[in-house]
Amino acid sequence: MSATVTAPAVGRSEAKIARRETLGRLVRSKTFLIGSGVVLWWVFWAIAGSRLTPYDPVAQNFASLQPPGSGHWFGTDQLGRDVLSRVLAGARDTLEVAPLATLIGIVGGTTLGLVMGFFPGLVDEVLGRMIDAFLALPLIVIAVTALAAVGHSKWTLIAVIGLVFTPIVGRTVRAAVLGERDLEYVQAARLRGERAPYVMFVEILPNVMGTIIVEATVRLGYAIFAVAGLTFLGFGVQPPSPDWSLQIADNYALLNARNYEWTVLFPGAAIASLVVAVNLIADGLQQVLDR
Amino acid sequence: MYRFLLKRVGLALITLFLLSVIVFAAAQLLPGNLGRNILGPFASAHDVAVYNHEHGVDRPLVSQYWTWISHFVRGDLGESLEYNVTVGSLLGPALVNSLKLAALAFVLVVPISILGGVAAALRRGRFADRAITIVGLSLTSIPEFVTAIVMIVIFGIALQWLPVGATAPPGSNFLVQIKYLLLPSFALVAVLFGYIARITRAGVIEALDADYTRTAYLKGLGARRVIVKHVLRNALLPTIAVVATQTGYLIGGLLVIEKLFNYNGIGQRIYVAAQFKDFTLLESGVMIVGVVYLVATLVADILYSVLNPRIRVGGVE
Repeated sequence: MSATVTAPAVGRSEAKIARRETLGRLVRSKTFLIGSGVVLWWVFWAIAGSRLTPYDPVAQNFASLQPPGSGHWFGTDQLGRDVLSRVLAGARDTLEVAPLATLIGIVGGTTLGLVMGFFPGLVDEVLGRMIDAFLALPLIVIAVTALAAVGHSKWTLIAVIGLVFTPIVGRTVRAAVLGERDLEYVQAARLRGERAPYVMFVEILPNVMGTIIVEATVRLGYAIFAVAGLTFLGFGVQPPSPDWSLQIADNYALLNARNYEWTVLFPGAAIASLVVAVNLIADGLQQVLDR
Repeated sequence: MYRFLLKRVGLALITLFLLSVIVFAAAQLLPGNLGRNILGPFASAHDVAVYNHEHGVDRPLVSQYWTWISHFVRGDLGESLEYNVTVGSLLGPALVNSLKLAALAFVLVVPISILGGVAAALRRGRFADRAITIVGLSLTSIPEFVTAIVMIVIFGIALQWLPVGATAPPGSNFLVQIKYLLLPSFALVAVLFGYIARITRAGVIEALDADYTRTAYLKGLGARRVIVKHVLRNALLPTIAVVATQTGYLIGGLLVIEKLFNYNGIGQRIYVAAQFKDFTLLESGVMIVGVVYLVATLVADILYSVLNPRIRVGGVE
């Protein structure tokens, strides 16, 4: 992202050209295209859900633990549910929770980062210390503690992950703002007598947008990772959702007894495909947007 | 140099204090009315008040905080509400177990990922580089329990090379214990590999492009000597920093891995404490996790500055 975006008079058309160039380079990035394709596939199934799956993902109609075969391509689980249908319908809750949590983290973190980067000195120092202390704890430890305190529902899950992301995003945005705040256009705006919020959100924000977009995609990957882990521990998405991590949590104990590996390998592959795809998108964006 | 060390230790202590306040505040949110939670809905209001008074939760928060932290520092972690034994006797052995698992994961991942990162950097832009980068990125982003399940199916069930559980029979010797810990540590290795390899790769590429490397080549040194003596020495500095910050992730990862393998470590304890709202156990468990992380980053910080001539000679920042 270059400074062209802010110059209002001549800038319009230049900004448009710059944006089109960026898009062109994105479309030529193989990692970005593959990642987008896989994510769109899961978004499609999250929306279509049980209307298009071969069987009802929650119906317990079949002999349990049948190995993959002609009737059930991915076999059935220990409650006699069709694994293929459950894998196809299993993206829904993750794809609701992770993007919303990311959104909270990005909005909160951008505000925090703008304030910290714009007011160096005491404000920045105090907030920075608080963030350091907070981030000494792993995300999953904070989340498990918080969810135990407030009770787990879809909305608390979204709120908790979003709140944990806020300081992390804030740090990244702060670094980007520090690189901008001494540039001429910021000085000019301050000499014009613009108020601090105007300078932060109207002048600086558009110029750190590239960083924020990359950060958002990276965070989305982490959000899916976190939702999966928390759901596996029982603090995330709750049954009877056909969520992939729940499927693994329900069935992994069977591995000790005998080889019922299809009940966990197919949902595992589905999670893997989604997180890897999101990270490929982030990788593609990073290469195009970060010069 | 000493001023630098003093400043780092001072900052770490401030961070530690803030952390303890955050953990204490979070624990206050947890139990609601402690006596009511423990004694149940049919206990009389009087009994609840007596219970709360005995456990000191009716005192002002500042004095409660002081009691907790002054005991914590002296190693007295209080009594678990769920198990009715001291928290120390629960967390001590659990911490040792977790450190065993974490140490094995680090011993495996550090050489593998440094090798991977250096190999990728030396073949920059070619197939091997892309392959290492993409595989690393993928392994890093896949949740550890998914990787672990795949490992269990391959090495534990199909090939039968490794035991599926993580806990060795009591009294097993060192090697047998390691054998039991291999599967769970593989999953942690998979997640960490991507991060460490990526930072190493970036560091090596920067060093390869640096002027001192060009000078070394121009004065006629062989490629091997230049890479070992000039490139790697400088390139591995950032790797130390990232290894330290990853201890934080590692403990988070332990929560999931220890649950999956039913391994009695600190992650498992925190998980159980959160589930049963055992806030004395949770408070101390979470605090220990934070302390371990801060100590690890402090050690890395000091190591980094000792190894980095620019800081060692140049003084403070």
